Amino acid sequence: MSVSVQLEDFDVGAETSALSAGREDVGAVVNFVGLVRGGEGFIAMTLEHYPAMTAKALEDIVAQACARWELLDVRVIHRVGRLLPGERIVFVGVASGHRGAAFEACEFIMDYLKTRAPFWKKEETCRGAHWVDARDSDEAALERWER
Amino acid sequence: MGVKILYFAGLRETLGCAEENLDGMPAGVADAASLRTWLCARGEPWDALAPGKSVRIAVNQTLAHPTTQVKDGDEVAFFPPVTGG
Repeated sequence: MSVSVQLEDFDVGAETSALSAGREDVGAVVNFVGLVRGGEGFIAMTLEHYPAMTAKALEDIVAQACARWELLDVRVIHRVGRLLPGERIVFVGVASGHRGAAFEACEFIMDYLKTRAPFWKKEETCRGAHWVDARDSDEAALERWER
Repeated sequence: MGVKILYFAGLRETLGCAEENLDGMPAGVADAASLRTWLCARGEPWDALAPGKSVRIAVNQTLAHPTTQVKDGDEVAFFPPVTGG
């Protein structure tokens, strides 16, 4: 289980392979990769974070997932700094014995990351820069895990 | 010791302040909600922390509730709802 917060890009293939490298008990690996979505007038996105809290918050989310599902390995990478359309922002990879746990845990981690980890996006567009507003739908996504 | 206070993202820009240190605990401040009220009482632009504004608080790098205790030596952060991922 490990989390990283970094400026640099990551290698999806290498990260995916590492989740089951050298072991035979993994039956499923599920990945999520989040990308910067472009659009009309969109130039770039800058991710700010709260360095002293970020890793702790991500580790706490991973620990919650491990308490709910039987997971064999988890990897979370979140980038910060200025990113251009098409660039990767976030990687969540989960390895487990069977696919059900891996699919659910991956989605759980993303849902909590989006609402509990201290990152903020600022968008640069051709009309100026603005902070992205939090979406109610992200908070609502947590409800199914809290039932 | 005192209390170290951090502000992030849009809130940091609105307040024009990323970090400040309070010398000791202000009178009447014992938890996250009362610290927020005390800061807000400074007036503009600190009314960005007014009740009803969407503000999250972390005490010692953990998301806090209004009733989370704040004491001398703590680090308290105020920020908008998060938008990572």
